[in-house]
Amino acid sequence: MSTTTMTTTTAAAAPSRYRDRPDAIRALVEPDRVHRDLYIDAEIFALEQEHFFANTWSYVCHESQVREAGDYVTLEIAGRPLVAVRHGDGSVRVLMNRCAHKGARVVSAPAGNTGNFFRCPYHAWAYNTDGSLRAIPLKSGYDGTRLAECEGSRGLVPVRHVESYRGFVFCKLGDAGPGFASYFGASLTSIDNLADRSPEGELEITGGCLRFLHACNWKMFVENLNDTMHPMVVHESSAGTAKAMWKDEPADAPKPMAIEQFVPFVSDYKFFDDMGVRVFANGHSYSGVHFSIHSGYSGVAGYEEAMHAAYGAERSAAIMKVARHNTVYYPSLTIKGAIQSIRVVRPLAVDQTVIESWTFRLKGAPDELLARTVTYNRLINSPFSVVGHDDLHAYRAIQKGLHASGNPWVSLQRGFDPGEVGRDEVTAPGTSEISMRNQYRAWVQYMTMTM
Amino acid sequence: MTRTEPTERELVDFVVREARLLDDKRYAEWLDLWTDDGIYWVPLAPEQTDGVHHNSHLYEDKLLRTLRVERLKSARAYSQQPPSRALHVLQRPTVEASDAATQSFVLRTSFHYTEAQGDEIQSFVGTASHHLVREGDSLRLRLKRVDLLNGDAALPAVQLFI
Repeated sequence: MSTTTMTTTTAAAAPSRYRDRPDAIRALVEPDRVHRDLYIDAEIFALEQEHFFANTWSYVCHESQVREAGDYVTLEIAGRPLVAVRHGDGSVRVLMNRCAHKGARVVSAPAGNTGNFFRCPYHAWAYNTDGSLRAIPLKSGYDGTRLAECEGSRGLVPVRHVESYRGFVFCKLGDAGPGFASYFGASLTSIDNLADRSPEGELEITGGCLRFLHACNWKMFVENLNDTMHPMVVHESSAGTAKAMWKDEPADAPKPMAIEQFVPFVSDYKFFDDMGVRVFANGHSYSGVHFSIHSGYSGVAGYEEAMHAAYGAERSAAIMKVARHNTVYYPSLTIKGAIQSIRVVRPLAVDQTVIESWTFRLKGAPDELLARTVTYNRLINSPFSVVGHDDLHAYRAIQKGLHASGNPWVSLQRGFDPGEVGRDEVTAPGTSEISMRNQYRAWVQYMTMTM
Repeated sequence: MTRTEPTERELVDFVVREARLLDDKRYAEWLDLWTDDGIYWVPLAPEQTDGVHHNSHLYEDKLLRTLRVERLKSARAYSQQPPSRALHVLQRPTVEASDAATQSFVLRTSFHYTEAQGDEIQSFVGTASHHLVREGDSLRLRLKRVDLLNGDAALPAVQLFI
C-alpha cells in the first residue's frame, strides 16, 4: 500500500516591480515611445485601478438615462461598483453600490427606479438616494454598540466629485487631481457641438447599448480613435469592398446610408493627414479639425430647416460645419458629434475591456437622423461588425505580439516635435501620433500623482 | 394551374438547408435564398420591434449581406486568419404561422450556434424566426430574425453568420 505525502507549496510572491516605485513607472513613458508593460503587465493594471482611474474624470452616464427622481443606472469604474441616481433635489448622485452593513451590492439591475430609497436585499438596511442611512430593522439591537461611530452608520459612500456638463455626467473617485473644468478645458467644445446639433439643444440616449467584449488592454482601443494611419489598411476588406461594390454606380446615384458611411474609411493618406488632429492637456484630443470622414453625408429632410429656425442661418451653419471625427475625453469616453454616438471604455482586466456604444436622439430633429446614428453604430461598433472585427484583430495582435523579446518599446514617433511637450493645446497634421504621446503624458502624471 | 401550399416538410427542410449552407460556407447559394427586400436581423433587446431606430447587432439588407460575403473572399480580411468555422445545431423547426392567401409562412427554431477559430471556441444559443414567402416555385427568405438568449450581454466578436 502506498502512502501519499501531502506537500504544501508556497508560491513565492512575485517581486513587485511597480508598487511604491513611481520612478519605475515614470521610466515607462518617454516623450516619443512607451514601454510594453503599460499594456501587458497585471501589476500596472492593478495600480491604474487604484491611482490612475481615481485621479482622472471618468464618464458615468447621460442625464437622460435618469430622468425622474429615483431613476438609477449601475456601473463599475476602476473595479468599484457604483450606482448613479437622480436624487429628490434634481441632482444626479453617484454612490458606492455597497451596503454599509456587510458589503452586499445594494442594487443589481442595470437600470430602474428605486423610489425614495434603496433597500438592501440581505438585511433590509435602507438608504436615501443621497446615500444617507434611512433605516435599520430592529435598530435597538445596536444600542450600546459603537455602530454610530463607524462607517456602518454613514450609509452608501458618495462619490464627492461629480459634474454634469450638458447632460454628460462624470465623476472622479479620488480627491487628488484637478477639478472638472480645468481637467477637460477647451476639449468640451466637442460635447457642445453634439448637444448644439439638437434644435432644442438637448440630447436623449435611446436605442439600447451595444456592448462589445475586447480581449485587449483598454489603451489599444483609446489610441486607435485618433490613429488615422490604420483605416485604409485595417478596413480594406470591409470598407474597400463596399467601395469596390459601388464603383460602377453613376456618381449622382443616391448612395445607400451604408455606402456613405463605409467608403470614407478607405480614403487616402492625404485625406487623413489634411483632417488634422488637436490635442489638449490631460490626454484629450480630436481628429478631424478641418473636416472628417463624416463631412460628406447627405442632408436629412427637415433637419436643416429645424436648425435654421432654432439658431438662425449663420449659427446653424457654423454648428453643422464642425464634423469632428473622434473626440477622446481621456480616458473613458469618446464621442462623435456628427454621428450622435458615444463609446465608453470599461476596463475589466489587463487584457479585457468592454466597449459600450450608445446612440442619441437629437430633440427636435427628424427621426431619419436617429436611423443614421443607429446604422453607423451597428455597422461599426456591433460585436458582429466587419469593421470592428478587423480593429479588434489588430488590438489582439498587439496584446500577443508585445510578449516578444528583443524590443520592449511601442513607437509613437510619427510626427514627433520636442516642442509639443508641455503645451496645453497643439494642432498637428492628422497622421501624427501626437494624440497617443499626449495620452501617455497624462497617464504617467495621474498614475504617479498619489504614489 | 393551382398553387398548392408547401408541405410542413418543405418548410422545415428550407430552415435546415439554410443552416447547412452557412456551415458549409456555400455563401453564394445562401445569398440566393433571400427575397430582394429580405432582412437578416439580430436584435439587441428581447421583444425588440424596431430595427431602424433602435440598435441591433445586425440588420442587413441585400447590399450588406453581399458585402459580408465578399469581404470573406479578401486576402486582407485579417480577422479571418485563420478562418473561423461555424456549426448550427437546430432543434426541430415548428410552423408558427401560415397564410395561404399571401403564401407566407413563419417558422421558429431554437438553436445552438458555435464558432471556432484556432484554439478558441465560443457558443451562442437563441431562437431563429424564418419568415418565408413563395416566389414562383421557390420559397424565399424575407426575414430571418435571430434572438440571442443574451443579446444584451457584452459579447465577443461573432464573425460568421448566426
